[in-house]
Parts: sequence; C-alpha cells; structure tokens
Amino acid sequence: MDYTVYGLAVETLAGAVPMRRIPVRPDQLRSLCSAVHEAGGFIHALWASDVRDTTGGFLLRVALQDDVGLVVIELLLPAATPHFPSIADIFPAADRMQRAAYDLLGVRAEAADRRSWVRHAAWPDDCFPLRHDYDATRPHADADERYPFVRVTGDGVHEIAVGPVHAGTIEPAHFRFSVVGEKVLRIEERLGYTHKGIEKRFETLPALQAHKLAARVSGDSAVAFSWAYCMALEMICGISPPVRAIWLRALYLERERIANHLGDLGALGNDAGFSIALAQFSRLKEDLLRINQAAFGARYLMDVVVPGGVARDLDETHRQILLETIPGIESELNTLREIYDDHAGLQDRFSGTGRVAPALARQLGLVGLAGRASGQTWDWRCDPVYAPYDALNVRIAGSLDGDVAGRVSVRFQETFESLRLSRIILENLPRTECGAALPDVPAGGFGVGLVEGWRGPVLVALETGDGGRIRRCHPHDPSWQNWPVVEHATIGNIVPDFPLINKSFNLSYSGQDL
Amino acid sequence: MLRTLRQVIKVGVVSERAARPAGERPKESGLRAQIHQRFGRALGIRHVDAGSCNGCELEIHAVNNPYYNLEGFGIKFVASPRHADLLLVTGPVSRHMESALKRVYDATPDPKWVIAVGDCGCTGGIFGSGYAIRGSVADIIPVDLTVPGCPPPPAAILSGIVSVVTTDRR
Repeated sequence: MDYTVYGLAVETLAGAVPMRRIPVRPDQLRSLCSAVHEAGGFIHALWASDVRDTTGGFLLRVALQDDVGLVVIELLLPAATPHFPSIADIFPAADRMQRAAYDLLGVRAEAADRRSWVRHAAWPDDCFPLRHDYDATRPHADADERYPFVRVTGDGVHEIAVGPVHAGTIEPAHFRFSVVGEKVLRIEERLGYTHKGIEKRFETLPALQAHKLAARVSGDSAVAFSWAYCMALEMICGISPPVRAIWLRALYLERERIANHLGDLGALGNDAGFSIALAQFSRLKEDLLRINQAAFGARYLMDVVVPGGVARDLDETHRQILLETIPGIESELNTLREIYDDHAGLQDRFSGTGRVAPALARQLGLVGLAGRASGQTWDWRCDPVYAPYDALNVRIAGSLDGDVAGRVSVRFQETFESLRLSRIILENLPRTECGAALPDVPAGGFGVGLVEGWRGPVLVALETGDGGRIRRCHPHDPSWQNWPVVEHATIGNIVPDFPLINKSFNLSYSGQDL
Repeated sequence: MLRTLRQVIKVGVVSERAARPAGERPKESGLRAQIHQRFGRALGIRHVDAGSCNGCELEIHAVNNPYYNLEGFGIKFVASPRHADLLLVTGPVSRHMESALKRVYDATPDPKWVIAVGDCGCTGGIFGSGYAIRGSVADIIPVDLTVPGCPPPPAAILSGIVSVVTTDRR
C-alpha cells in the first residue's frame, strides 16, 4: 500500500524483516487501519510503551500486515489522558490486546470492552506494572476476582465452568460454556492465569542475554521466539548473522514445527478415541527429539539461537544423521496419514467439527496454520520472503474446510513440507562461520523480528535503553489473534468435541498471558 | 484396519528398560507390586501448571510415550486431584495460579506427594521474582522432591516419580 497518498510520513527500517514505520495522529489511526483491512491486511499486534521520560506521554504501536509486508503504526498519547480510538471493530483480534494495554500501561481504548484481561488479582486497577514508576513494593489488597462473563439466558440454558486446572496435562485457563443439553450456545475464555510479568522481566535483563527469556515465552515455540528476538536485536545493532547461522536457524525452526505437529497429530487421534495414533506419533516425536539432543545438545531447542548467530555449529556426522533419518519419518508419516484418511470413525469426529469458514477467518483475522486451514493463504515464509526462505521456495499448505479435519490436513502437509525443507537445508548448508560478534547495543534503538513459527507469525518488538539494557520488549504470540476464534469455532458444537477443537488449534496460554 | 494392525505389529514394543532410572533401578514388576502393596491400586498423578512456559508439559507428556511407558509401572495420570496420590507441579507459581494450586493441594487426599518439575518450579527460574510471581512451588505448598532442568528430560521426571514412591516410608 502507498501511505503517502494519506499525507503520512513513512520511514523504512532495514533489517532481516524490512519494516515501515508510520507515525499518525489520533484521527488518522482508524482510517489507516480501515484502509489496511479493506486491502486484505490484518493485525499482528498492539502494545504500548511508557515514554514520559523521553518524548512525553505513552506510545501506542500497532503492527499490521499489508500487501507489501510489515507496517508499524505509532501514535503518541498524552500522559494525562492516554486514550485512543478503539480499533477492535476493524480488527476484532485487537480487543484483548487493547484491554491488556490498559491493564499493563493504563492506556485506554475509547468505546471498547473495559473488562480487565491479563490482570486478575495480582495488582489493583489503579496501578500499571509496565509504567516506569510502578512500585511493586506498594502493599495492596488482592483485587476482586469476580469476572463478568457474558450470560446467556433462556429456557434450559445452563453454564459449565471449566478450569483453570484442567483434566489433562495442559496449561491453565477458564472456559465458561453456556449450553442447552449438549449443544454449546456460547463459550467465553478467560486467560491470564500464567501471567508472569515477562515484559517487565525483560526490562531487568541485558539485551545480549534476553534471548533465553524470549525462548521461554512459550516453550513449544522456543526457536520462533528466540529467532524473532535476535532478529529485532540484530536490526538495532545493524548486523546480519553469517549465512550458515541463518540456515541453521531455519533448520531448528522446521524441526520445532515437525515436533509440534507430530505431537498434536497424535493427540488429535487420541482425543477422538484412537489411542494407537498417540503411541505411534509420540514415538516418532521422541525419535526426533533424541536426534536433536545428539545433534544440537538439546531436545527442545531453547538456547540454540543466540544474538549474532547460533550457539554451536552442526558437525558433519550429525548433518549426515539428520539427513539419513528424514526418509524414515516421511515413510512412517505416509502410512499414518493413510490410516487417518481411511478411518471412518476418526473422520466422523474430525469432519465438520469446529468449523471456521474462510469468510469468518478473514473477518476475525485468523493467522498461522489455523488460518491456512480456513482458506487464508498467508505464510510469512512465502510472502514476503526473508532469508533463508527466499532460497527454499516454501510450498504453502492450505485447506478451505476450516474444520478439525482441515487443520489435521494442514498439519500433515506442513510436516511433509518441513521435512522437504530440512533436507534442502542440510544438503546445501553454506560453509561459513555460524556466529558474528555483536557491537555494543546502541541506546534508543527500536527493532522488530517476525518469524513464522509452527503456530503462526511470532513477533518480537524491542526497544533498547542505556548500558545495553532493554527498555521495552513485547513478545507476541499468534495465540492472541487465534484464541477468540476458538470461541466462534466451538459455537453449535457439542461439549465433548471442545477438547478436540481446542487441540486442533493448540494455542499457547503462556504465550498470550505473558 | 489391516493397515493399522500392520503398523502396530511392524513397530512392536519399543519400551526401554535402559531408560529406567539409574541407582535403585527397580524392576517394572517389582515397582508395580510395591505400588499395589501401598495403595491397593495404580498410583494416580495429577499435573498442575502453576505458571509454566509449557516446556515442562511437553516432557511430562513424553513420559507417557511408548519409550518411557509410565503406565507400564502401574502409574497413570488422572483427571482430578481427588483421584491423585502425587502432584507434579510446573512453573514458577504465578499470583494468578496461587489460589488454584492451594485448592488442588487441599483437594488431593492424604497421603500425598508433591514433585516440583523444572527449574522454575524448583527455584522460580528465569522468570525471577516480579510483581506477578509468588515464587517456587515450595513457597506455596510442601514439596517432597524437585526435578530440575529446563525442561527436565523425561528420564529425569520418571526417575523422580519412581524415587519418591520407592524411598518414602510414610
């Protein structure tokens, strides 16, 4: 899109992911968002920063995806009345992000849902943890825990309250079902239970060490977050890692994708009563993790992506082992896919369950693998391409079905594709260094990293302060955008299908609670 | 159906004795007998995520995979704390999960054990002691054993479960 026709100043920032930065006035925010939405764009993230000590007031940022790439809109809000016009009617996914921005920084979206989102009882509603003058030692009574869920009334309507502790080994959240008999009329999510103050924690860490914290925003997306974090930091430092390091990062990312898809494909079969699938897929996943341990020194690749490159090089022996094991996984996966496709009982549970039609997906801004399963043909590895994916020609997965079956199909497609990409990476791994020295981290820097993780686009926005420290860091998981869509996907289904629907998205709780 | 059976037969039984915990290394049947003697039934485990990044959950899932085969010991995961003998707690305890964790602990019948799994559960870990964190698991409820690691590998989790059951004489 050409933003100069709106009379806006556009600054292009160079980095692994080129980004355009556009400062706007309050009256321009909504019209610009509408223009991007009408042109087929969607929202990545919305967050704010306390800049009262530098430029004055609070800085609201909205990261959008348009036809060219990443755009970050900036709106400076006055310190006394940090209010801004809500964009939740344009991008529904912005609603919870706006509420979290209020909970953490006291910046208020006008004419919007005012219920707290990430704040439960941990701090009162008149203080804001991400403000620089927040006093964590100030004693306060635990705030009111009651949350005003939307009530559904009518003959025979009753509520089922589930969580925060669930029956399985999963993360905590509360789900409030309003049902008639078995049929779900409405489900409302309440998250925030695993809120750990990660963004505040970043501000206590040196920028050159915080990739470890980034990797633990959502443990299942460690590579995606640590890579996005390093991208943002490398953008600020004006350096680019050696080619081999970038290729190795992509190898880690694809193996993270394969591991998660294998785990979820097995769990989906299990949730539909086909426990053999769980045994088979979890065996394949364990094989993969053990090779990770041997080749990279870790089963889950928490600390392998480091600023400037990767933590250790891949030796020739393990490069060969990684290559040799790919055909075996492909062959097993083919067999399991045939078993899934042929299993009438399984298909009966998957087909038509938890459907999100493409038009609804577009309206709500569904992203990542769930978006691709609902006809949203966007994958950050394909469009626009960044290194090394520009050399790999990623084939985008997709389905128009938008149901559990569609998401299962996309996971199979993407696992096969990641195996193909892994083979190309391993066969063509450039022979360069795998790490670069970083200069002193400049103060006052702003950088953004964006990586297509297994779940969807993972964004990290970073601001640096004096002495190589972090002034502000916002790690953003695509679960923010996709959680509200799970509510829509569940409407009209029966209660026992909710675990299956939920698992087909498998969203992160920790990644959105922060 | 035939394809499924063929796959099951082709793969066969992959459970590993080698992955069993070192040291005491109880025989599978011996441990099962011990658990049965004490409880008169299988040992029930309830997992509670008290604020984890979900890394530990992935490795807790793994102890149920065919290689580690936790159920082969006569140990199973249960859906309610009221059915549990052992709590596996992960994460630094967030302020928002503190009361839920206490309630789960109170709902678990005696005798019960608690294992804190992962660096965060053991010490608070990388997330430090911010405004939203209460501390390690032991800061909130009594803990019998800690299994450090980020995340701890399944063999370590398995070893922790086995040692708490075999060494405690309560």
